[in-house]
Amino acid sequence: MIRLEGVSKSFDRAVLREVDLVVPESCLFGLIGPGASGKSLLLRMITGLMRPDHGKVIVGGNDVLAMGDMQLHEYRKGIGMLFQNNALFDFMTVAENIAFPLRRLFHLPESEIAERVAERLSRVDLPGFEARLPAGLSGGQKKRVGVARATVTRAPIVLYDEPAAGLDPVTSQKIFDLLRAEQRAANSTVVMVSSDLDRLLTVTDRVGMMLDGRLIFVGTTDEAKNAADPRVFQFVHGNVDGPL
Amino acid sequence: MSAEPSSAASPLADLAQRSTEWLSVVGGFGVLFIEIARRTLRRDFDRQEFLRNLYRMGIKSMPIVTVTALFTGGIMVIQAAPIVQRYGAYGLLGWGAGFGTLREIAPLLTALMINGRVGANNTAELGTMAVTEQVDALRALAIDPVGFLVAPRFLAIVTTLFLSTIFSDALALVGAAYAGLGFLGVEPAVFYRGLTTGLLGFGDVAHGLEKSVVFGIVIGLSSCHFGLSTKGGAPGVGRSVNATVVASAAGIFVLDYLLSFALS
Repeated sequence: MIRLEGVSKSFDRAVLREVDLVVPESCLFGLIGPGASGKSLLLRMITGLMRPDHGKVIVGGNDVLAMGDMQLHEYRKGIGMLFQNNALFDFMTVAENIAFPLRRLFHLPESEIAERVAERLSRVDLPGFEARLPAGLSGGQKKRVGVARATVTRAPIVLYDEPAAGLDPVTSQKIFDLLRAEQRAANSTVVMVSSDLDRLLTVTDRVGMMLDGRLIFVGTTDEAKNAADPRVFQFVHGNVDGPL
Repeated sequence: MSAEPSSAASPLADLAQRSTEWLSVVGGFGVLFIEIARRTLRRDFDRQEFLRNLYRMGIKSMPIVTVTALFTGGIMVIQAAPIVQRYGAYGLLGWGAGFGTLREIAPLLTALMINGRVGANNTAELGTMAVTEQVDALRALAIDPVGFLVAPRFLAIVTTLFLSTIFSDALALVGAAYAGLGFLGVEPAVFYRGLTTGLLGFGDVAHGLEKSVVFGIVIGLSSCHFGLSTKGGAPGVGRSVNATVVASAAGIFVLDYLLSFALS
């Protein structure tokens, strides 16, 4: 379970304000909201990449903010993350990118690494792409390699930041279906930030909405679609008229 | 009336801000150096990355180092030629060219070339990695960016500059010897005797090599620090590369001046 208690963060202005969030175990949680509302920042706080000014981040019963370097190192082994820009390492091939966490963190035999990389590539529909460099891939292909890397360690927690940004609707739906299937297969806890609500809401168990650094709604996907809060209703349905 | 204090305060505020920025860069260099030293002493850095960077930075810099060194040697002879001819001091040509080359010109020009080629490239790579979240991705994957990215590159730069300076010393002397033959008719054997009659010693070679290590540290620290602290997308990468080249070159000249005093 992921639990955030009273999390606040300011840079030149307040970007997160007293956020309380609970993501149950084995849940696919969608985090939605307008741009610059603090969604990606919350993901970074869950990984320990960013520290809040106030509040607590508790994951699996452990206080992330109280962890030392070694504990944080161990903790991050249990997290897979897809970044908004994919963050594939330019100087590594597709296979090296996917194999990287297995080689560096788990020191598996090369035969097993090759097997897992081939399995991941086939899962994301990119068999035979092992030797390609990220620079030679399309946006959708990079995204799928990023998904393969984020899921290769079978981490119990996986965070996706805009997994379908810039993709066409068909590829986008395929990515969401893939992420849902991955989540079910690994029984992992997933937090997914996406602006593609039409597709995101087809796969989520629960949804939270951020607005101006505040978490203004948490509920099931159906509750989000029928939300009483006009701001949530407007955002979920993409209406032009409304309070937003 | 109220404009006066603000216009007087503005340059002061500007100076204070610039001083703070400068101190923050110097502090950043210090912290990064300690982090690198700690991992180097513990051997807690990626050896494969070190070798990969040594190849990219060292071997691939050889053509530019070769050209620079050969012409540097030649230039030393051309500059010395009028004096040598006036006093007929052909036997001292080897010493004259060797003294300046080994102690000063070869390490300095090699460092400036490596700064332009390797330092700028290193900053651009690290800067791009920083702005495209690749450095954050390393952290999220529980991999220490200093041990994986920074320490290997820093060590590769220092090693590259040290080895390139040795190579450059030798080539510059070859260039000087053949320039001596071409411009002054001094046989390479005579030039060689001028180098080895005892006026020049290992201390002169070591003087230049010690400088090369310090220059390597400056380029390594500067390029890694500015690269990792890059913000603001592609323009930010450009600014970081510019900052690296300028700061490293300035640092090299200042430290060269101080070391020339200290090591004399």
